[in-house]
Amino acid sequence: MKIEVRLFARARDAVGAERVTLELPAEARVGDLRAALAADYPKLAPLAHTLLVAVGTEYADDRSAVSPDSEIACFPPVSGG
Amino acid sequence: MIHLTHDQIDYAALTESVRSHDSGAVVLFLGTVRELTSGRRTVALDYDAYGPMAEAKLQDLEAEARRRWPVDQVAIVHRIGHLELGDVSVAVAVSCPHRHDAFEAARFLIDTLKVTVPIWKKENWSDGTTEWVHPDGAPTAENKVAPVRPLDLRNVSLPAAPK
Repeated sequence: MKIEVRLFARARDAVGAERVTLELPAEARVGDLRAALAADYPKLAPLAHTLLVAVGTEYADDRSAVSPDSEIACFPPVSGG
Repeated sequence: MIHLTHDQIDYAALTESVRSHDSGAVVLFLGTVRELTSGRRTVALDYDAYGPMAEAKLQDLEAEARRRWPVDQVAIVHRIGHLELGDVSVAVAVSCPHRHDAFEAARFLIDTLKVTVPIWKKENWSDGTTEWVHPDGAPTAENKVAPVRPLDLRNVSLPAAPK
């Protein structure tokens, strides 16, 4: 399945795009998405261990399900305020 | 009232918006663009946000504050875009019947906002370089959520009352 991932902050700058599309097996989980992102975009490697993933408007852990309907975002730790 | 804005934050109006006859205490927190960080000079900050999630997380924060304290009204506004030195980046206003709850709720809201709401700042340093600020994830003095505990006033000496 094709999954579109929104990127923010340093992750966006590293990849040079606001959105990327990943090809993942059916029933993939967030951990698989994370691995595919690192494999397809080696420039994210230095950030990979810090990246957070959101499915919809909630933080997701590596076991969370991913579907083509999900709004998925990936970003480094937040620094608002 | 929760929102993100590209405009200057009218914190006087925001403070007024949480006042009511049910509350005897209003606390306002402002975050402002500071010049010096660890000896380096900031000339501006750029803020970006994942808007829908940031607003959802701010709503969650308000709900959690209401669960923990008898909050009357809450208003949180975070500014996005290019901010100059001294500009207000975030305003949190809370009203409660009594001050202890208002202080604690406001502190919880800003401390938790800084670690859970998807907003990022980019430093524009005085040497012309730019740099996204990404805490390393481990709690530090700068980004940890401080435990909220009652004030211990036993060792605080108050100035003598004027005669």
